[in-house]
Amino acid sequence: MSYNFAYLDEQTKRMLRRTILKAVAIPGYQVPFGAREMPMPHGWGTGGIQVTAAIIGADDTLKVIDQGADDTTNAVSIRQFFAKTAGVATTTRTEDATIIQTRHRIPEKPLKEGQILVYQVPIPEPLRWLEPRETETRKMHALSEYGAMHVRLYEDIATHGRIATAYDYPVQVNGRYIMRPSPIPKFDNPKMDMNPALQLFGAGREKRIYAVPPYTKVKSLDFDDYPFEVQTWEHSCALCGSEDSFLDEIITSDQGDRMFVCSDSDYCQDRQTAGRREAAE
Amino acid sequence: MYVSVKGGERAITAAHTLLAEERRGDPAVPELSLAQIEQQMSLGVARVMSEGALYDPELAALAIKQARGDMVEAIFLLRAYRTTLPRLATSLPIDTGQMAVRRRISATFKDIPGGQVLGPTFDYTHRLLDFDLAEVKEPAADLSNSGAVEPEPARPMPSVAKILGSEGLLEPEIPGDETAPVADLTREPLSFPAERDARLQALARGDEGFLLSLGYSTQRGYGRNHPFAGEIRLGEVAVEIQPDELPFPIEIGEIEITECQMVNSFKGSKTKPAQFTRGYGLTFGHGERKAMSMALVDRALRCRELDEEPSSPAQDEEFVLYHCDNLEASGFVQHLKLPHYVDFQSELVMVREMRAQQAALKEAAE
Repeated sequence: MSYNFAYLDEQTKRMLRRTILKAVAIPGYQVPFGAREMPMPHGWGTGGIQVTAAIIGADDTLKVIDQGADDTTNAVSIRQFFAKTAGVATTTRTEDATIIQTRHRIPEKPLKEGQILVYQVPIPEPLRWLEPRETETRKMHALSEYGAMHVRLYEDIATHGRIATAYDYPVQVNGRYIMRPSPIPKFDNPKMDMNPALQLFGAGREKRIYAVPPYTKVKSLDFDDYPFEVQTWEHSCALCGSEDSFLDEIITSDQGDRMFVCSDSDYCQDRQTAGRREAAE
Repeated sequence: MYVSVKGGERAITAAHTLLAEERRGDPAVPELSLAQIEQQMSLGVARVMSEGALYDPELAALAIKQARGDMVEAIFLLRAYRTTLPRLATSLPIDTGQMAVRRRISATFKDIPGGQVLGPTFDYTHRLLDFDLAEVKEPAADLSNSGAVEPEPARPMPSVAKILGSEGLLEPEIPGDETAPVADLTREPLSFPAERDARLQALARGDEGFLLSLGYSTQRGYGRNHPFAGEIRLGEVAVEIQPDELPFPIEIGEIEITECQMVNSFKGSKTKPAQFTRGYGLTFGHGERKAMSMALVDRALRCRELDEEPSSPAQDEEFVLYHCDNLEASGFVQHLKLPHYVDFQSELVMVREMRAQQAALKEAAE
């Protein structure tokens, strides 16, 4: 039995493309769409996979990362899916990819015009923990009724002396919609702002697609006296020495010894190669 | 020495091989055939077809075999296959009044036109393990031992709801526009308030266990709606389509279904007189537990329409409809198995900073 190019039938792709166009036209707004059941479980990237399937063409080059790495099992599985159903070229190099599907990270290397970053989104609604009802949150967005979100951030500061959100940190897009950047670390939030690449967000189970068009303002919510800050590490990457990338903590012994390495495997690999070259010269 | 987590591809391939071995089990034991599953695990097949939303006993049997008997996994397999199928036509509404009935009971009337037909039911079995079944018998021996009764020729039976309805005591079926397109959640996402067609579709695809517990909760007072099993019927109905080029409908096949009409007493509201209201449940194959649960939950969700104050989980449309799909639930619960190194690391950094800050504050205070 054979499936259509990139698995989905053309009617479904057309529906998805219409949804994506609407999402691009209203930055940060969650557009409902008739998400299909995919041959992977909900919560494992079905939204991102549907977006990628709708935009991918035969001459695209696809990179898939999970937690910043190309070789985590689910990234491998999704990359294989498209290699098989679309026969497209795949890569691990950020600069060579035309489409990058990601879960939980934005690559360290800056993206460029023409590239598309597709995020897998578990819960698209930034107001969900404040209000579980979709009927209510849609109203709040329509009326820009975002006071509750600012109150929550304020309460964090009052109780903990800081905004106690480390990932999936809410942003405001183009001065209008509050948006969930998906569970990327807040370390990555500044990369969303005025990014030359198109950023598309797919939430399959929740049946929503939203977008940040290239060169769009994306502001992490904060207060004048409590400005937004990103995580910093006292360590540098144990493999490539990078001091400005997001680091994963690796436990190396039963005694709790640990080391820190880049979460972005492609970035780290490049720096290691460059380092070796320098050493040889 | 730290070894980076590489080799995902090889690990996945190896996992698939192990899975295939586990599925097959001991090769000395004969392999299950689809016919065996379809014939002897027919209630499992029915559940997979209902929640998988595809009437195909053979493929449902295949899904059960492939899923090693994990029903939710089998439902997933069938759903993922179903999405790829083209939509060739929309059937006419099935007429369950014309059902070739194999079982039909009513708990509201002792005798009903057409009679009570017990049919194949567990209801009055004593749940004692039948050790005779432990032996696999030869087909011939099986036949000679069977005290099977000749089934009576099926005859059309009017629905109990029709009988009550003629007195005006039961609310009439809400007339729908039969030419209007029916909601289809597999094409258009759910929006609220949901119309009843979308709700019934969501419940029909919904998880049996979830609906069972919700229906049960209404019986224990969380949104009580005074139900009576007006009628439960099981049998075959014809599925017809109306091609554009023909002046009459044509039958494309028969499906086995279970239908439950729950009848609920209702004291009336500002706009409605005291009467009996309805809840509706339908499944593919023989699925009484699911059909009854579905009917209870359907009735509970009609609270707004009937001017009842929603106060319980089963009456909360968003809560029920967003959480009844076992594929969505199973996927999202189990996605916690995927790596969350980055979010966890972010939390780790934050928790350490907060502890350091708290410690510093404490020290300063002392």
